[in-house]
Amino acid sequence: MRLYDVDLSSRLLLGTAQYPSPLVLTDAIAAAGCGVITVSLRRETANGGANGFWPLLQATGARILPNTAGCHSAQEAITTAQMAREVFGTNWIKLEVIGNADTLQPDPFALVEAARVLCADGFAVFPYTTEDLIVAERLLDAGCRVLMPWGAPIGSGRGLRHVDALNAMRAHFPSVPLIIDAGIGAPSQAAQAMEMGFDAVLLNTAVAKAGDPVAMGRAFGQAIAAGRAAFEAGLMPPRDMAVPSTPVLGMADLGLGGLR
Amino acid sequence: MRIELNGLPTEVAAANLADALTALGYGSSTLATALNGGFIPVAARATTPLHDGDRVEVLAPMQGG
Repeated sequence: MRLYDVDLSSRLLLGTAQYPSPLVLTDAIAAAGCGVITVSLRRETANGGANGFWPLLQATGARILPNTAGCHSAQEAITTAQMAREVFGTNWIKLEVIGNADTLQPDPFALVEAARVLCADGFAVFPYTTEDLIVAERLLDAGCRVLMPWGAPIGSGRGLRHVDALNAMRAHFPSVPLIIDAGIGAPSQAAQAMEMGFDAVLLNTAVAKAGDPVAMGRAFGQAIAAGRAAFEAGLMPPRDMAVPSTPVLGMADLGLGGLR
Repeated sequence: MRIELNGLPTEVAAANLADALTALGYGSSTLATALNGGFIPVAARATTPLHDGDRVEVLAPMQGG
């Protein structure tokens, strides 16, 4: 998989929040085999001492994708992205501009506005968006080369709520890397997204809040690899009626009745 | 002068952002700064004067989804 001229072997991008401990987090990253992890920026208290979290993540070797989570305006997201670029030393940014505090759905207007500014400023923008095709067009016009449609509301674990719309998006943008971001709750849902031809899945809560996050990270890694392999193998077309898989020709007639 | 540091009223005597961070005890940890909503790069902190009422944000790496 190639994202902004970077080749990645894993199609899982993993969030780093809400884990029971730093050790569980780094073990989950390793077990999932993910090559990209998301991080954030938050207020630092004076005399707060060294932040042990950042060196720990650097040691994982995963590529860092900072986010603008919690930003509610284009300018807020732009400033946060600039701060993240300096701190994390990467021009990659997961661009989130939230339009509603309850639903956490993206504000597509502010998203496009921020994407235009950040792309022009040299950022590799990963926009968290809806499955709306026109918004997607505008994001590509703004300079985005990857799109991240939601599966379901952030943290809901509901899977792919709008399968038809996501299929349409996949068909409409065959050569744009599309990453399902948010709402994935189970490995089967991630596998479904991969079988539909999406390029990757970004998730956090489903692993972090699992009974055993390390084992769940591994399960997601396997499901995503299986879903991708299935997509590449080509799924059979569904049929409306039953069709026998064992040949009928040459079947014995034992003369014991039964309707054929 | 009194500035707003991460949302809290804070007294500082330093004339620029770099000196203020040192005086407030931020030390050498990995930080990003903004002044009145705009990003201030590390290299510009020493030449960025502070004024009464300025809003300063000091952010550090944190877990995120």
